[in-house]
Amino acid sequence: MKYIKLVLSFLLTVGIFFVLNTKLGAVPPIGKFLNPYNGIWQNETDESISGNIFISGLKDEVTVHYDAQLIPHVFAQNESDLYKAQGYLTAKHRLWQLEFQTYAAAGRLSEIVGEGALNYDRTERRRGMGYGADQAIAYMKKHDTETLGFIQDYADGVNAYIEQLAPEDYPVEYKLLDYKPEIWTPKKTALLLMYMTKMLAGGDEDLEKTNALRLFGKDNFDLLFPDFFDITDPVIPKETDWSFIDVPQTALPESKAVLDTIRETIAQPHPDNGSNNWAVSGKKSTTGNPILANDPHLGLNLPAIWFVMQLSTPNHNAFGATIPGALSVISGFNQHIAWGETNATRDVIDWYKIEFNDDRTKYKYNGYWRDVTIRVENIKIKGRETYKDTVLYTHHGPVVYDKNFKSDKELRGYAMKWIGHEGGNNQKTFLELNKAKNYDDYVNALQYWNAPAQNFVFASTEGDIALWIQGKFPNKWEGQGKFLMDGSNPENDWQSYIPQQFNAKVKNPKRGFVSSANQHPVDESYPYYVFNDGYETYRNRVINDYFSSKSKFSVEDFKDLHNNNYNLKASELVPYMLEHMDTSSLTKEEKVIYEEVKAWKFNNDIDEVGPSIWRQWYSKLYNMVWDEFDVEDIALDLPFTYQTIHLLKHNGNHKFMDIVDTDETETAKDLFLLAFKEAAERLLEIKDEAGDYKWVSYKGTYAGHLLQALPAFSRFDIPIGGDRNIVNATSENHGPSWRMIVEMTSPPTAIGIYPGGQSGNPGSKYYDNFIDDWAAGNYHNLIFLQPNTATDAIIGTQTLTPINNE
Amino acid sequence: MNKTITNFIATLILAVLLSFVLPWWSVMTAALATSLFLPLKKAAVFFVPFLAILLFWAVYSFMLSSGNDYTLAKRIAVLLPLGGNPYVLILVTGIVGGLAAGIAAIFGKQLSLMASKN
Repeated sequence: MKYIKLVLSFLLTVGIFFVLNTKLGAVPPIGKFLNPYNGIWQNETDESISGNIFISGLKDEVTVHYDAQLIPHVFAQNESDLYKAQGYLTAKHRLWQLEFQTYAAAGRLSEIVGEGALNYDRTERRRGMGYGADQAIAYMKKHDTETLGFIQDYADGVNAYIEQLAPEDYPVEYKLLDYKPEIWTPKKTALLLMYMTKMLAGGDEDLEKTNALRLFGKDNFDLLFPDFFDITDPVIPKETDWSFIDVPQTALPESKAVLDTIRETIAQPHPDNGSNNWAVSGKKSTTGNPILANDPHLGLNLPAIWFVMQLSTPNHNAFGATIPGALSVISGFNQHIAWGETNATRDVIDWYKIEFNDDRTKYKYNGYWRDVTIRVENIKIKGRETYKDTVLYTHHGPVVYDKNFKSDKELRGYAMKWIGHEGGNNQKTFLELNKAKNYDDYVNALQYWNAPAQNFVFASTEGDIALWIQGKFPNKWEGQGKFLMDGSNPENDWQSYIPQQFNAKVKNPKRGFVSSANQHPVDESYPYYVFNDGYETYRNRVINDYFSSKSKFSVEDFKDLHNNNYNLKASELVPYMLEHMDTSSLTKEEKVIYEEVKAWKFNNDIDEVGPSIWRQWYSKLYNMVWDEFDVEDIALDLPFTYQTIHLLKHNGNHKFMDIVDTDETETAKDLFLLAFKEAAERLLEIKDEAGDYKWVSYKGTYAGHLLQALPAFSRFDIPIGGDRNIVNATSENHGPSWRMIVEMTSPPTAIGIYPGGQSGNPGSKYYDNFIDDWAAGNYHNLIFLQPNTATDAIIGTQTLTPINNE
Repeated sequence: MNKTITNFIATLILAVLLSFVLPWWSVMTAALATSLFLPLKKAAVFFVPFLAILLFWAVYSFMLSSGNDYTLAKRIAVLLPLGGNPYVLILVTGIVGGLAAGIAAIFGKQLSLMASKN
């Protein structure tokens, strides 16, 4: 009996140890997780912002002042120390995010979360994320060891922080998922830049468009997907003279699209990833100083994508938003200039059909067989065996789709040609912009930038404003890369690149302002092939109309424009629908909704019901119009909103308006009513469930934690208006991720805010403390400290001190 | 009665000391050790170390969390899920530690019985 008791109690002891020490499904190892001396209770604190920290490898002391927003103001004696300090401080406040983003970039999430992420990881590997990062490192090793050196300094800084950590100091997410931080390397910075490239230049519709062309024919395709809409208000003003460009567009070869049936394609980045930026000249500014603004629209996450810092050496002093993992300020200002970016979408991804030989070691090209190169991707999976995925590379790029991935063709595949694989030196652009003193320095800094192509807005204390569309763009023949191409035909290769100095740009235009909002970069007069790659058509017009509406603008006007909720899209269709819809069959309840939308002034403010009605109505309508696209097992993208609205108003009897499943032949007017009735039904349901369908609750904007928006670490029901295609581009989980306005006084005066907080620790009051102000349209003063100037804005000072290693 | 208090205090002190050098399961080690050297009887075998560690973990958690307005505790109490109540989380924390310690103590008691029998 005693032995039995002994054995039983032993088993019980081992059992409780195992249960409390092991992550079981989504449940963290509870003993490890909850014990107060190295579990989560140790994270119940703010980061320390005072004292002395010893860091090996520093050349000199680095002083870090913190202000009340927990923004670190870094004063280093040289650039190497500066970027070491940046790495250290970023890790200190954002370690888990810093690392997690590069795991996501590299396709390594299975290592952390297990088999559920395998498909995601394979997609990222096959997209060539790791390959592209390798190319970037190789390029820097060969051409720019100075930049690579700074990237190594940053890595050393991150690692100096990680090495100081005891397990109880690990950010709470590590404890939740039961893993620990690994050493940071320069490649991780390269991966982070690839992640940005994917986010902003990783989308394309070539394969979907190929399917559409085959299904609907060329005439219909051109009607639905025109290269240019009937209106354009491009980034670079229409009247620009391009006569200085003396390198012609690549001549059109005899080439035909390959009309394959493509069943499934890889995940695309969020279609709303975009931004606004603008600047007015001194002449157009109420104070006589140029003013510049930027607001990048990205996913609203916690920890937020941005981390604000001041980064200075005796030779330069930069301030603004940084991205954990990348060096220097990305969107910000220094003593002399201010800059910001919006995405300059261009078709920099093309797809080639590849034909392999029998054992898939060669592929057909120019009438010969060429060798395939092989990259084996070892994907580690938590609790499982490593998954090996062999990816075949051609001279175009990785064969993303083949018999092992989303395709069943034994000896065929689709290879991806992507500018992201070219191995550029993007980091250098930001290092140089941080130090730039004038327009020439800005232009000089831009030349290193390959991808993602950006509209770099610029203003200087000297009084210049400018905007360059910078990226490395293939000089394509007319129509090249719109559809799947034959990969064996050399004429289909990218023949050359547009010389950098011929990239579209504008400096000090007569109209007194520059602006961009992801619209068409140029109009048809630009001598290179540019077609509609999903360009914005609403925010740009609201912004440009605003700056044409009066002669002078102030910082207050800039704030108003950032927070502008005017729904131009709705204003272009709702009145037409109201006028043409037959209302005789509306019920009493429907009539109420009809009157509500009729009374709406097209502002997406939080207390309005109009935006919710519009959202419902239009989405029902859109799906009815494009029911022809609802084809099983074929990847298709629907036509853009602008063209849809255009067709509804000008081509209302087109056969696409007909709903295929019904016996009647519907026209646009019929669809207005059918869609309205469906929308009304849904709105009444929402009213029953939630009490009302006011925009604020209907939209339910939230900032979700990077781990699938874990409710515990996320913020929900943020009261903010706007929507996609509105200048205040805040939709459910996407919007202005950083708002900055800089007036070019000397030194510049700036305000800024982002939906998050400086700390990555959910246990810190600085984790999400900016969100309410951000939602209310408020800004914080960005306190631009000058060296050796005392100020009461500092709430804590930390000194990073070199360790003497003798 | 005296033995109970001695065991309680010894478990508590040993657990606190071991927590500086060992991971979370130091409380199991502490309870095992005291049950070997300061054996108790019946239900006390489990409940004395259980309460000692419950007290330790709950009080320590409370000290860490109350100084920070329970910012993280409120979130973790959503995650687990405990209705967002930080005090419930503190209690659960104490119970988890106490349970581990109590069970380890039962094992220790059985071991000590073996030893005394020989």
